Amino acid sequence: MCLAIPGKIISITDQLDETFRKGKVSFSGITREVNLCMVPDAQPGDYVLVHVGVAISKVDEEEAQKVFSYLEMMGEVEELKTPEPIQ
Amino acid sequence: MKYLTEYRNPELAEQFFEEIKRITTRPWTLMEICGGQTHSLVKNGLLEMLPDFITMVHGPGCPVCVTSISVIDEAIWLAEQPNVILCSFGDMLRVPGSKKSLLEAKAEGADIRILYSPLEAVQLAAENPEKQVVFFAVGFETTAPANALSVVHAHKQGLNNYSILASHVLVPPAMEAILGDEENRIDGFLAAGHVCAIMGLEEYFPVAEKYHCPIVVTGFEPVDLLQGILMTVKQLEAGIYKVENQYTRAVQREGNKLAKDTIDEVFVTGDRIWRGIGRIPQSGYEVNEAYRNFNARVKFNITIEPAEENKECISGDIMKGLKKPFQCPNFGTKCKPEHPLGAPMVSSEGACAAYYHYAGSKMLQD
Repeated sequence: MCLAIPGKIISITDQLDETFRKGKVSFSGITREVNLCMVPDAQPGDYVLVHVGVAISKVDEEEAQKVFSYLEMMGEVEELKTPEPIQ
Repeated sequence: MKYLTEYRNPELAEQFFEEIKRITTRPWTLMEICGGQTHSLVKNGLLEMLPDFITMVHGPGCPVCVTSISVIDEAIWLAEQPNVILCSFGDMLRVPGSKKSLLEAKAEGADIRILYSPLEAVQLAAENPEKQVVFFAVGFETTAPANALSVVHAHKQGLNNYSILASHVLVPPAMEAILGDEENRIDGFLAAGHVCAIMGLEEYFPVAEKYHCPIVVTGFEPVDLLQGILMTVKQLEAGIYKVENQYTRAVQREGNKLAKDTIDEVFVTGDRIWRGIGRIPQSGYEVNEAYRNFNARVKFNITIEPAEENKECISGDIMKGLKKPFQCPNFGTKCKPEHPLGAPMVSSEGACAAYYHYAGSKMLQD
């Protein structure tokens, strides 16, 4: 449950103040809204490790892609495919 | 070695295997902390390829497995209160409480929602002002910043219908509890990569020093695990005990400061009861006084009688590394993923479920 999944920031969608930022992150085509509070210098185009909806660190593109294909092979990216909040 | 071809870098994996074999002169017992690492070791067949001298035992790093039966009962009690929506990560639903699981409570009509992130629960609270939304905040240090952030956001938005049932657990006190047990036979630890991505390395130095135990922060892919094992065995063979970082791709020595600040903003450290292990001092986070209005235990004045663990489940011995899942008389018979006696059979990161699924697939191949 502690796995973090790498994805690419597509856009910043919300910036309420200096620390509160949200963005669209693509996980190999699956897009989710991700909180970016804890990676203040991450920008669109950057790759981040995302855990339960929060980006916890930046990673480089090559690492991100390798990790993602590994997680996909292990069946660990299913949690991303669950529908957006129920009801 | 057919599995090797599936690894990110099979040649490197082969080299690590060879090197581990070459340098190991006597038996060593290593524990990987993280359930994700257990899953990866078992599913990728690494355990069978390691030399006989190396025994891997599987630690308590699966939040689903260590959340105490009383906390599950608290979550179920909350879900059954009128006007409450209880939100949880999906893995928690099948964990047996003293009388039933959250899944059974849901079937009986409780409003229980499976969410991917605690931040979605805050959104749900904003959209349902007439309901009380409670998030079942389980997890290790990796998950704590997100759960803390949900409280900060709810506070910023002025929501008074959001709270969390915190059941956070911490790795270093659990390591100390295992190393301090008189039956302990762990020689070295693979620490959990993503936990350390948040917390950094500092808190492991005193543990390595006090117990003369090498600790290597390790990733979760096969080559990471093999390299982590190699680094640990190298230390053991040389008679040294340091904290080393195999997973430099994601882990900085100082961790993520903003994430740690968010944890400190919302949580306070306190004792926690671990399923199968018992009370470990200062091993969990609870919501602090400043945010007490977001603490479901305070808000709903929960008073649940502490429940007893199922005596037929030996999960404590398994998570302390004293027994393997196959050594449990109920493994695969009375206890299966579909009807678990204890939590390690529930989550795919639990040692018992990992062994169960792995053994199943091997039998099919044979």
